[in-house]
Amino acid sequence: MRIGDKPKYDFYTIFIFLGLITIGWLAIYSSVNVETYSSIWDMNVEYGKQFIWIALALLLIVIILAIEPKFYERFAGVIYVVSMLSLLGLFVFGKEISGARSWYSFGSVGLQPSEFAKFATALAVAKYLSQLNVTLKNKKHLLIVGGIILLPPLLIIPQPDPGSALVYSAFFFTLYREGLSLWFLTLGLLAVGLFVGALAIGPILVSISVLVVVVVMYLLSRKRKHKKRLAPPRKWLYIITAFLAIGYTFSTQFVFENVLSDRHRNRIDIILGRVEDNKGIGYNLNQSLITIGHGGWTGTGLLKGSQTQGGYVPEQHTDFVFTAIAEELGFVGASAVVLLFMALIYRLVIMAERQRNQFARVYGYGVAGIFTIHFFVNIGMVLGLLPTVGIPLPFVSYGGSGLWGFTVLLFVFVKLDAHRMSYDH
Amino acid sequence: MKKLLLLFLVTVIGIVFIARLFYLQISTDSYKQKAVENAQKVIYDYPERGFIYDRDGELMVGNQVAYDIMVTPREVKEFDTLALCKLLKIDTTRLLNQLNKAKSWSTRKPSVIIPQLTQEEYAPVQEQLRKYKGFFVRRRSLRKYLVDHSASVLGYIREVNTSKIKKDPYYDLGDLAGKSGIELQYEDTLRGIKGKKIYRRDVYGRELESYENGKYDIETVAGSDLTVTLDNDLQAYGELLMKNKRGGIVAIQPKTGEILSLITAPNYDPSILMGRDRSKNINAILRDTIRIPDFNRALQAQYAPGSPFKVLNALVGLEEGVIRPNEKLRCNHGYDYGGRKPLGCHYHRSPLGMELGIAESCNSYFAQVYRRIIEKESSPTAGMNNWNKHISSFGLGDYLGYDLPVGRAGRIPDGEFYNNNYKFKWYAPTTISNAIGQGEVEATPIQLANMTAAIANRGYFYTPHIIKKINGKPITEENYTTKRYTTISPEHFEPVIEGMSEVYKSGTAKYSQIPGIEICGKTGTVENKMRIDGKTKQLTDHSVFIAFAPKDDPQIAIAVFVENGYWGSRYAAKIASLMIEKHIKGEITRTDLEQYLLTHSLEYEYAKPYSGEEFLINEAVDRGLITEENKHIYAPDNGLLK
Repeated sequence: MRIGDKPKYDFYTIFIFLGLITIGWLAIYSSVNVETYSSIWDMNVEYGKQFIWIALALLLIVIILAIEPKFYERFAGVIYVVSMLSLLGLFVFGKEISGARSWYSFGSVGLQPSEFAKFATALAVAKYLSQLNVTLKNKKHLLIVGGIILLPPLLIIPQPDPGSALVYSAFFFTLYREGLSLWFLTLGLLAVGLFVGALAIGPILVSISVLVVVVVMYLLSRKRKHKKRLAPPRKWLYIITAFLAIGYTFSTQFVFENVLSDRHRNRIDIILGRVEDNKGIGYNLNQSLITIGHGGWTGTGLLKGSQTQGGYVPEQHTDFVFTAIAEELGFVGASAVVLLFMALIYRLVIMAERQRNQFARVYGYGVAGIFTIHFFVNIGMVLGLLPTVGIPLPFVSYGGSGLWGFTVLLFVFVKLDAHRMSYDH
Repeated sequence: MKKLLLLFLVTVIGIVFIARLFYLQISTDSYKQKAVENAQKVIYDYPERGFIYDRDGELMVGNQVAYDIMVTPREVKEFDTLALCKLLKIDTTRLLNQLNKAKSWSTRKPSVIIPQLTQEEYAPVQEQLRKYKGFFVRRRSLRKYLVDHSASVLGYIREVNTSKIKKDPYYDLGDLAGKSGIELQYEDTLRGIKGKKIYRRDVYGRELESYENGKYDIETVAGSDLTVTLDNDLQAYGELLMKNKRGGIVAIQPKTGEILSLITAPNYDPSILMGRDRSKNINAILRDTIRIPDFNRALQAQYAPGSPFKVLNALVGLEEGVIRPNEKLRCNHGYDYGGRKPLGCHYHRSPLGMELGIAESCNSYFAQVYRRIIEKESSPTAGMNNWNKHISSFGLGDYLGYDLPVGRAGRIPDGEFYNNNYKFKWYAPTTISNAIGQGEVEATPIQLANMTAAIANRGYFYTPHIIKKINGKPITEENYTTKRYTTISPEHFEPVIEGMSEVYKSGTAKYSQIPGIEICGKTGTVENKMRIDGKTKQLTDHSVFIAFAPKDDPQIAIAVFVENGYWGSRYAAKIASLMIEKHIKGEITRTDLEQYLLTHSLEYEYAKPYSGEEFLINEAVDRGLITEENKHIYAPDNGLLK
């Protein structure tokens, strides 16, 4: 930092952050049955604890903003290694809570290292890609970046916590921005599309559709034969593509029916409407929709939602916190939260694009991508558009590790951004 | 382009989310309704059902606590299935079945595993059940019968079925309601109104606070106690006399129309319809198509009334002026009315006036009277209609309007009836059977008892009823407290009543006299035809008797009907006399009559049509005596039936 250089903090981001934190705490307060407890400051209940976490998060922000921005770039590797070790350590020292070994336990306080691994990975990817001679056109470099990104999910999946692992798909946006071909996304979407399609209408119909599409595309490409600058249609390419697509469809179908555990299969089945089950596995989702639907335009008012106060939605203060907002603050409140997240991500993309050095930009895209995935998966699940995958809504859901992880993730970028004029490579 | 992908995706996601929110929160109401359903917990407060007392204030039906064994499936921990089955006295498969049923209904809400254990059945379970998590007991109020008779008139309560719930939204699944008899007739009075409190509730069904400040709550209203007109002792005695016989008895207090006794046989102990075997027992009774205990013979047995009907023809004859009391008519062992065969009559004094005509039950006498009544008018139709008017005024030929849920209308034909039924021209002789209570006339025992009461009152009656007081307050219902007059002038009753008195003194019932009580009665022997295997077969006649006593201050009017009882005086007259003595004196002096009834059975008679062999009817020899050798047929163990 040069002498006399004043940091310019991005207050839009900070306001959005404060807004989400406040709504989140209110929703937690409401969804934990308050009638049983008297004091707002009761440290034995979630909203009391969350209050402490928020206070400590604010302290954390002060510390983050006090540290020189160069620190993060310099120690990115170290932070990543420490983070990976903490994930590895779970296999030995981790505490099993509701079937997942994702926690370190210090007395009554639990710490979830996977919440910090996102930050560490974002730093490491940024650090690696910002090295002078590294380019994604180089296959070896691409593999290394891929390794950095895929290592944490590989460590997280066996905990098991597939939701947290899913978040790492966020780095696709980072890599795409840094020059990765769109083909990867197309392939990814195609894979998901074929899988879901096979479940919804059966692999045979999907295969027929694939064949039809391939034939049509082949015929269209033949029409352009006279245009010399285009290569002549390669028959075999189409045939192989078709076979691969059909093979993939059948094999994922097989995996779904035979390899996936019931728990996950059921969730997907319910979303696709393949089964209806409002008492068992589908109970969460059904109650979630009832709770949201009960909100109407302006909601029932805080602490007045019969669904929220009656405790009908399991995990309402964590993954399903959005339902409490939707019931008690209604369409207006719920849309406001959606808009706040959209604003946050727009802002992060704008901030990333205005960075002068590659490290800060790559990191910024990582942050934006991670928030996008959390926003998309969490609210998509609560609204019944996506299978039930347990990941929190950033800054809103209850949980100290999550709150801290997101705070660190966001404010390191705020710090980098604040020094973008003076801090160059 | 590269800069825009994320922005583009987030925009799409945001729009989709807001659209979805709009759909869920604004454009559809189904989720809101479900939220309301979720949020209410309704707690019912069942008032105790009203008691039923007899006319002297003796308790007949009270309440007892019963216990349902319940389960909340999600709270069930692993348990020793065998030990629990032993404790609850059910087999393992039944327990597991019930558990699965409960689970599929709801894991959170309690379900009944075993309903309605009595105090005695529950006592051993009480201590032990606590060990089994998720199982618990719900108290319920059930009927307790303090009498072992009158089952069919008292009726029973049962859980309401779905069609009843649809008809009357007051009831919910699992509620109890009167299903027959007094319990059904006075259901609204006995049950009171169950209180309803709606709470907001949480997911575990715990109630939070009153829903909308109790706007939709309903106050509990206690059930009312009933005092009925039945006489406990008379009921018990009548059922005792009817043992091993089938038929009905109805006794009415003429001065008020109160039903003193209403008995149907065979019958059963009302308490078998309580407790854990109740379903089995109810089904056994409903499915018994041979003895038909469910058929209330006192109210529903619609047969030709037989000779008791003659007294009505005598009354109509006097009223129409076609006969004088002392005018003597001849009887040549029958009356030739011009048919293929004369209307037969037994051997008796002749010629005779009205008094003896009734006392000897002379068919010829009444055939002539009847013919005069019909032929008095210009046409048979007009004569028939006039006759119908008089007879109907005694409450015959239509529902009487009494307060019990079953009954039959009976039948008194009029001119139209025969015009419709006979293609040829008909005259008084065509319908001559009506003269002696056979033919087309039909009536139920309660109608005959009511007719007798009208005669005892010399020309009026009150609609028979079983309700006396509600919560100790005498009823004031107009229907039961206004006199209904017959079309016969009071002065015409005296000669007829003299004749009925003569029945006891020198006539057909002279062997059933009760010392010290002047009884007026009339025997009846009713032809009995039954269709067996598609062929109409004649069976032994029914025994019918009507009577009232004492002659000058009638306290009881009674009709007795005994199926296949041979002739009026053989069974029905004896029973009627004893019932009258029991009611008026409170004790029995004619122990010989009583002894006869207690030791004689008609079961052998009822077995005849089912034996598959040829059999004799109306046998001259009385073979009804129960002995050690014939006990298995004469006094069989009928299981549930007494």
